[in-house]
Amino acid sequence: MSSTPDTPTPIWRDDRFWKAVFQIAVLAGVIGLLSVFFSNLNDNLNRTGLQFSFDFLAKSASFSIGETPIPYSPSDSYQKAIVVGVINTLRVVLVGFVLTTVLGIFAGVVSFSDNWLLCKLSLLYVEVVRNTPLLLQLMFWYFPIFLSLPPPQTPVQWPGPIFLSKTGIYVPWPTITPMFWLWLLALIGVVIAAIALWQWRRSRQVERAESGLPQLVGLIILGIIALGMVTIAFNWQAPQVSRPGQFEGGLRLSLEYTALLVGLVVYTGAFIAEIVRAGIQAVSRGQWEAARSLGLSSGQVMRLVVFPQALRVIIPPLNSQYMNLAKNSSLALAIGYPDLFSVASTSLNQTGRPLEMFIILMSIYLTLNLIISLVMNQLNRMVQVKER
Amino acid sequence: MTSPLPPAPAPPLTHYRPHRWLQKNLFNSWLNGLITIVLGGVLLWAGIGFLRWAIGAADWRVIPANLPLYFVGRYPADQYWRLWLMLAIIGALSGLSWGVLAQRAIRLFTVPVLAGLSLGAIGIILIPTPPLYRLFALAIALISAISAWGGRQGARQFPPLSRWLSLLWAVTFVMSFWLIRGGLGLKVVSTNDWGGLLLTLIMSLASILLCFPLGVLLALGRQSPLPVVRGLSIAYIELVRGVPLISILFMGQVMIPLFLPEGVRPDRVVRAILGLTLFSAAYLAENVRGGLQAVPRGQLEAANALGLNAPLTVGLIVLPQAIKISIPAIVGQFIGLFQDTTLLSIVGLLELLGISRAILANPEFLGKYGETYLFIGVIYWGFCYAMSIGSRRLEKHLNTGQR
Repeated sequence: MSSTPDTPTPIWRDDRFWKAVFQIAVLAGVIGLLSVFFSNLNDNLNRTGLQFSFDFLAKSASFSIGETPIPYSPSDSYQKAIVVGVINTLRVVLVGFVLTTVLGIFAGVVSFSDNWLLCKLSLLYVEVVRNTPLLLQLMFWYFPIFLSLPPPQTPVQWPGPIFLSKTGIYVPWPTITPMFWLWLLALIGVVIAAIALWQWRRSRQVERAESGLPQLVGLIILGIIALGMVTIAFNWQAPQVSRPGQFEGGLRLSLEYTALLVGLVVYTGAFIAEIVRAGIQAVSRGQWEAARSLGLSSGQVMRLVVFPQALRVIIPPLNSQYMNLAKNSSLALAIGYPDLFSVASTSLNQTGRPLEMFIILMSIYLTLNLIISLVMNQLNRMVQVKER
Repeated sequence: MTSPLPPAPAPPLTHYRPHRWLQKNLFNSWLNGLITIVLGGVLLWAGIGFLRWAIGAADWRVIPANLPLYFVGRYPADQYWRLWLMLAIIGALSGLSWGVLAQRAIRLFTVPVLAGLSLGAIGIILIPTPPLYRLFALAIALISAISAWGGRQGARQFPPLSRWLSLLWAVTFVMSFWLIRGGLGLKVVSTNDWGGLLLTLIMSLASILLCFPLGVLLALGRQSPLPVVRGLSIAYIELVRGVPLISILFMGQVMIPLFLPEGVRPDRVVRAILGLTLFSAAYLAENVRGGLQAVPRGQLEAANALGLNAPLTVGLIVLPQAIKISIPAIVGQFIGLFQDTTLLSIVGLLELLGISRAILANPEFLGKYGETYLFIGVIYWGFCYAMSIGSRRLEKHLNTGQR
């Protein structure tokens, strides 16, 4: 193998040469393949007489959208239609994140419960939901369940002022006035103050072994203030039946939106439950035993010792679950909720510009997933072990 | 609320009296008692509601009336014998493989296996299909059982048998394709007539097999020290993983014809399989990469010390270990892929969900959503659950040398 110093290594014996050749070959192959594709694409587009351009975005869309969170009419441009779609997607995805996290953590923690019924129910939920297709679940929520709700003249009333009927689901909602926004700001201020007070109480307890009673009183007062703000100052309006089949006040959620939200939350929640379960199991047994021997109750052990440590294992895979939820929201198309994907596919069918539409679609979804990743990585950095 | 310890291995079953069991597991504190009562009430209410619907309001005729459609779509009825033949061959070969794998087992037909077989047989007898079909299905089950026994005996007499199994499977695969599609003396059945569960299985199997080479190459590319190869792999993987599958399938249906020269239009099913393959390859690459990262460095150094060059090191030392490590993740991904075939109903293919929607559009069965979706949901659940159980078994089986 080795060459004597006076004869140079022949080039076909040189590792670096082959590495360079291999990379050039790969690059040439990929570029060749892409150029063949794009020349075909060019020919095909020339035959249809369409030039590649995004000019069509300014043209009027001339189709109506079922749910418009911002004012939109069919005479508006395609651009505006896509914006409406993006907002609709975000409405589902952001609410979905919160609900699915709550459901997933609850189901995951409950699977360690010593109540046989609760624990078996959580296992059953996970096994059933994870082993059936999401699209089928969405259809199941929408067609046999939500669409079979009674007509608005005889709505189903849940405990409290929540009405379910064929025309939608009516829930109480604060009255949106300029005052409401001011109160909301004030509430956020109260929450921040409460967190600061909590931290201060913790540090006093840990460093000076104080009881933390004065701060606790302060926290309780803040809690009462916040409760008062939420219940009274927000001016909640319950939906009222004004005439049979007519509802006044409150917020109307469409059946499509609710079915999509419920379907996505239930599906993703099962996966999150599994992640939470694995994370809790990854915390070593000694931690449980040590915490118990300090005299903490089992609920306290879970809350103060085990769960914070489990978070380190839980957060990285959560990232991909949130991304899945965002991507899966595109199945809205199947039950007629006008999200980004269904608006885009309608536009695609009307304009006959698949390439431009796909570039827009993919860049929006990629951006959304990138933002989720960045936020989750930030969170991950916060909970990881700080090693000295 | 929560138990003080994560679940430890269950203690030996002592003989509990029922009320003691109840007290220990459901009413060991007032909070737990309350939870039990509330949950029990809700469950009872839901169960009674469901039973009333299932026995009273539901109209189950939609299932038996359309069974052939659910299973094989619009496959011509006079060619069904080909599918039965294929099932029989696959059944025999599965039995044989099981027998060979379990050759060291003391008893092949243990109590759980026998129980499973008899339950399956009862299920076959109860399914409302023509009596002839039930007979066929029973015969296939019997053939598998016999060939399992034969496989075990054969493997003991003739050890190289296990090496021939993979070849037999490959031959079976090609033969199944020929039996389904026809040609070479059989009547050709065009892909437009494939449907139902048959199409779901064909598409998921084909995508799984096709995404393997591409996925493994991408995983190696992403780990490669060569910057160009690594850059291209990362770009592909991240691009595909960042967008919804439905958009890729739409692209497959709309764009693939645009990228090909005029007049070349692959079949719809082929386009669907291509879309699924390109999508799954990116996810498979990530799973295999996880396995590659878990292979100890020493393995690579040892291979280098033996004087193996880079391709041999990867092919003989690193990859086999990496794939073994990532098997659970890969099976999980295949379960996902099997479920993802439902999305093809949105782009107009008549797989299991697509054919169900077609049946629901028939005026005779209008609005029978609950019955139909429950039925196909059970089918999907059965396949996926079987896969996840199999993966757990395989994990235990392969858990060698990983400490």
